[in-house]
Amino acid sequence: MISFNKIKESLDIKSVEDFKLGFRQGIPVMMGYIPVSFTFGLLAVQGGIDIWIAVLISMTNLTSAGQFAGINLIIAGAPMVEISVAMLVINIRYMLMSLSLSQKLPSFVSLFKRSAIAFGITDEIFAIASLEKRVITFPYMMGLVVAPYWGWAFGTLLGGVFTSLLPPLLQNSMGIALYAMFIALLVPAAKHSKAALAVILIAAFTSSAFKWMPALNQISAGWSIIISAVFASAVGALLYPKDGENIE
Amino acid sequence: MNDILKAVVLMATITYAIRLLPIAVFKSKIKSRFVRSFLFYTPFAVLGAMTFPAILYSTGNIYFSLAGTIAAIIPAYFEKSLFKVALSAVVVAAIFGAIF
Repeated sequence: MISFNKIKESLDIKSVEDFKLGFRQGIPVMMGYIPVSFTFGLLAVQGGIDIWIAVLISMTNLTSAGQFAGINLIIAGAPMVEISVAMLVINIRYMLMSLSLSQKLPSFVSLFKRSAIAFGITDEIFAIASLEKRVITFPYMMGLVVAPYWGWAFGTLLGGVFTSLLPPLLQNSMGIALYAMFIALLVPAAKHSKAALAVILIAAFTSSAFKWMPALNQISAGWSIIISAVFASAVGALLYPKDGENIE
Repeated sequence: MNDILKAVVLMATITYAIRLLPIAVFKSKIKSRFVRSFLFYTPFAVLGAMTFPAILYSTGNIYFSLAGTIAAIIPAYFEKSLFKVALSAVVVAAIFGAIF
């Protein structure tokens, strides 16, 4: 009986340690999330969305590109089908991350725990968890996600509150912030990989064609992004197929 | 429930389903090299298509936006943080807006 209690105790200590380790690794992610979600809250409220809706989106979606695209479509009054397909295409990368993490989790981790872990899969959390040398545990994953999650929600709230305090000139200029962040993600990738550069250029040219070419410009922005992205990814996969296990 | 709330629930459900499905269901790796490669390039393609040409219309004036775009590309090339790149674009676009 004593030995059983000892085992139980050591397991609990292990859980707390794992949670703490994850929590510490999540702090820099939280720091990065606050300005991005600040911008999201700002853009949403500027577009006429209530602050509490913006915060609700952040707390239920927890995804940057998907939320930005989604809020743009909502503000533009896009139909539900368009919003659904946009979410699917923009967030489809999480499938690969989820699949990759499923291979790293011990097989005894229950469906309930897997469901909780799945909610927190973002680009950054995936990157940290997948590079962690130790075995991924449930407490570790919960610790990792907690700071970024609340940072994401809090940043959104701050952005929404501050919108009305910004002067109009700066409010107009803030519109470019989101796209500048996309550029901050794209340009370094293009610098290091010819394939990424090709895919980005094909996607950019295709979506520009949908904007500026007669006939093609009848297609809405939401579908233009989807068609351009699927086309560019397919060309990339055909021209520059990725081999081996090192796909993240 | 209004349309905005419906859209929010829809977005959350789809995003969560994408994250949940593989980790809950798949036990083995995707075999198709094409599918794996396609998924690898999807984030770049989506961001590329979302950024261009929309960035040129993001401040209400195409020339201010162009200045802001260049002001984003330069620090991005030197791999500055997301925040610095965004700040650079916003400040330059605002300066152009204030002068012209």
